[in-house]
Amino acid sequence: MGSSNYQPTNKAVKWFEDRLPILGLMHSTLGAGYLAPRNLNYWWNFGSLAGFMLVVQIITGVILVMHYTPHVDMAFRAVEHIMRDVNYGWLIRYTHSNGASMFFVVVYIHILRGMYFGSYKSPREVLWFLGLVIYLLMMATGFMGYVLPWGQMSFWGATVITNLFGAFDFYEGMGESILHLLWGGFAVDNPTLQRFFSLHYLLPFVIVGVVILHIWALHLPGSNNPLGIDAKGPGDKIPFHPYYTAKDLFGLSFFIVILAIFIFYMPNIMGHPDNYIEANPMVTPPHIVPEWYYLPFYTILKAVPDKLFGVIAMFASILIFFVLPWLDGSKIRSAKFRPTTAFFFWLFLLNTLYLGYLGTKLPDEIMIDMAGGIDALTMGRISSIFYFAYFIVIVPLVSRMESTKPVPISIAQSVLDANKKG
Amino acid sequence: MLNRLKNIGLMTLAVSALTIGGLTAANAAGASAYPLKKYDWPHAGPFGMFDKPSLQRGLQVYKEVCASCHSLDMVAFRELKALGYNADEIKAFAAEYEFPNGFDDEGEEKYRKGFPQDYFPAPYANEEEARDANNGAFPPDFSLLGKSREHLSLFTPWNSIYGEDYIVGILNTYHEDAPEGVELADGMSYNEAFPGNLIAMAPPLFDDIVEYADGTPATTEQMAKDVATFMYWAAEPKMEVRKKMGLKVIIFMSILTIMLYFVNRRVWRKIKKGDDLA
Ligand code: HEC
Ligand code: HEM
Repeated sequence: MGSSNYQPTNKAVKWFEDRLPILGLMHSTLGAGYLAPRNLNYWWNFGSLAGFMLVVQIITGVILVMHYTPHVDMAFRAVEHIMRDVNYGWLIRYTHSNGASMFFVVVYIHILRGMYFGSYKSPREVLWFLGLVIYLLMMATGFMGYVLPWGQMSFWGATVITNLFGAFDFYEGMGESILHLLWGGFAVDNPTLQRFFSLHYLLPFVIVGVVILHIWALHLPGSNNPLGIDAKGPGDKIPFHPYYTAKDLFGLSFFIVILAIFIFYMPNIMGHPDNYIEANPMVTPPHIVPEWYYLPFYTILKAVPDKLFGVIAMFASILIFFVLPWLDGSKIRSAKFRPTTAFFFWLFLLNTLYLGYLGTKLPDEIMIDMAGGIDALTMGRISSIFYFAYFIVIVPLVSRMESTKPVPISIAQSVLDANKKG
Repeated sequence: MLNRLKNIGLMTLAVSALTIGGLTAANAAGASAYPLKKYDWPHAGPFGMFDKPSLQRGLQVYKEVCASCHSLDMVAFRELKALGYNADEIKAFAAEYEFPNGFDDEGEEKYRKGFPQDYFPAPYANEEEARDANNGAFPPDFSLLGKSREHLSLFTPWNSIYGEDYIVGILNTYHEDAPEGVELADGMSYNEAFPGNLIAMAPPLFDDIVEYADGTPATTEQMAKDVATFMYWAAEPKMEVRKKMGLKVIIFMSILTIMLYFVNRRVWRKIKKGDDLA
């Protein structure tokens, strides 16, 4: 990725480097050979944290597989065998299950960082696409992983989500064929569990591949920065190592403390208690909810009265991120200099959190004690409309019309200005 | 135009604030008619460890009362070490049980004494037999019940429902007579904690139904608390190691974090001030 000026002094290392220049590659991606803007703030830590979580998920996952059995009669017991009998099995499993949640937290922050500072804008559109592809793959991986312990929520979540694909019934029997293909039969059953297991093992490695492309695409233009202006002169940039290696390590260490609080002191808070009841196709839980990271999209699905359009709206709510680079017509990247954009960004975030909150509610639960009571379904519809309005109306208009604040000429200049002030 | 958009935005914000307000109100109003009593469990909190005498009493309640209906499939006798028993005591405990052991020359089933590596035997051969003996209701397995009835809330922890409180609630809140207007079918009882209030388990505990080996007065509430502690242990047997390791990990990582903070500041000192630019 980019040419390297890496010059090994040790003879043996040089001999090897001449034959496979992999150390130079490392040097120019994560070492002193990669020049990064000097003004990155802590929101720029979340990329490396996501990479760390991917590695954690793969390592703990591979160990779980050593003790797990993908069969409807044994999976639930196998997970409890891991929890009770395998040495440190509880640690591996709680790290994997809480790790998945924290992976999503990190990736959501990473995506929001990109939205706020305009990192999706030219010339980083492909970088943005690759990130979204990773996110979609993570959603698929997390969903299929949640099915593996074969608890009640595993089974019923899988039933609800796979059934959505039956909505694509464009010709006689098409919906049904899709479902039969997903299930490997006529309902969620052993073949479903086995194909989900196979894919749950495969997809993380596909993610690794896309992550490599993502970093490749990053290193052509280089990182964006809080000011959103191009880093041009030598005064604008510093070597990745030691500056950002030190900063990333500090961030990582802090993050591990947070992760450890979940793993060791509230390991089940992110999960659903029903998943400690073995799957039973004869007993439907009163309230089927997906994992928290799908909840906003689940609300959008439920908000649309028609099944097919509901599913389309749900997919559209994620896919719309792909066109964000063109919806946003501003010449300036960072919301720092776009006050109206910043305001609506925060509103969008609040609204999305609220959509997620609504996802845990039954449609007829009363949300506002006003005008005879406004139920969750109505609020879900209002919030869903705002969600799409943000992309289709607000961003295109605001980005083209707002009066922006003056942007510094260079990163170096902004550092000098800040120092002059105090 | 932009200002108007901004005003719409502010209105939306106000509505969301109202919702959140209304929501807390609605939650308070919609709460169950019988709030669950919350107990201070010695094993709760980041440093809480199991009360061993209570675990032992809970085992006694399980064995003498509940085990005739409820299985405990995932717990082996050997694990009782965690309740404070030694190897000989566990061997003796296991030997009180009998397990099928193949067939003799005449085709009759043979039996053997239990060993520490055996698991608690189930009271019924299968679900059908269990339902047949219990008016069509199925007494659930106890191995994970302590965790599968919890409702933990990260953001409003005071709204959390803990499995132990729920179990005590079930055992301790039977009504002798159903309230006015509630029809009790044959074999059903009225219970405050059970969802829907109609439960197919007759009240299993009465004062002094067991005689505690350690002399603790066996009130219904005491027995309920002991068996709930035991059931939570059965569901989460690694809780103690987990919390102990967690403390070490968090202390170690916190110190490392502080050290890395200073390393990072040191590395950045010149760059931060822009000394290299002057
Ligand atoms: C005579 C048989 C019998 C005995 C003895 C018995 N139970 Fe039950 N138990 C049942 C049945 C049947 C149910 C299912 C009730 C239902 O579904 O309505 C049940 C349900 C429960 C539940 C509710 C589970 C849920 O689904 O939320 C708890 C808790 C429970 N029993 C605890 C105990 C404890 C603790 C003991 C011992 C002190 C005990 N039971 C003794 C038959 C019994
Ligand atoms: C992108 C990375 C990954 C994510 C987001 C992820 C997510 C998940 C989730 C949410 C669960 C359910 C946890 C639970 O409720 O217990 C799970 C289970 C599981 N995962 Fe993964 N996983 C990832 C990578 C892997 C890998 C690489 C493997 C194997 C090589 C693996 C193997 C397993 C196994 C065996 C289970 C079942 C055991 C259990 O439920 O604890 N995972 N995964």
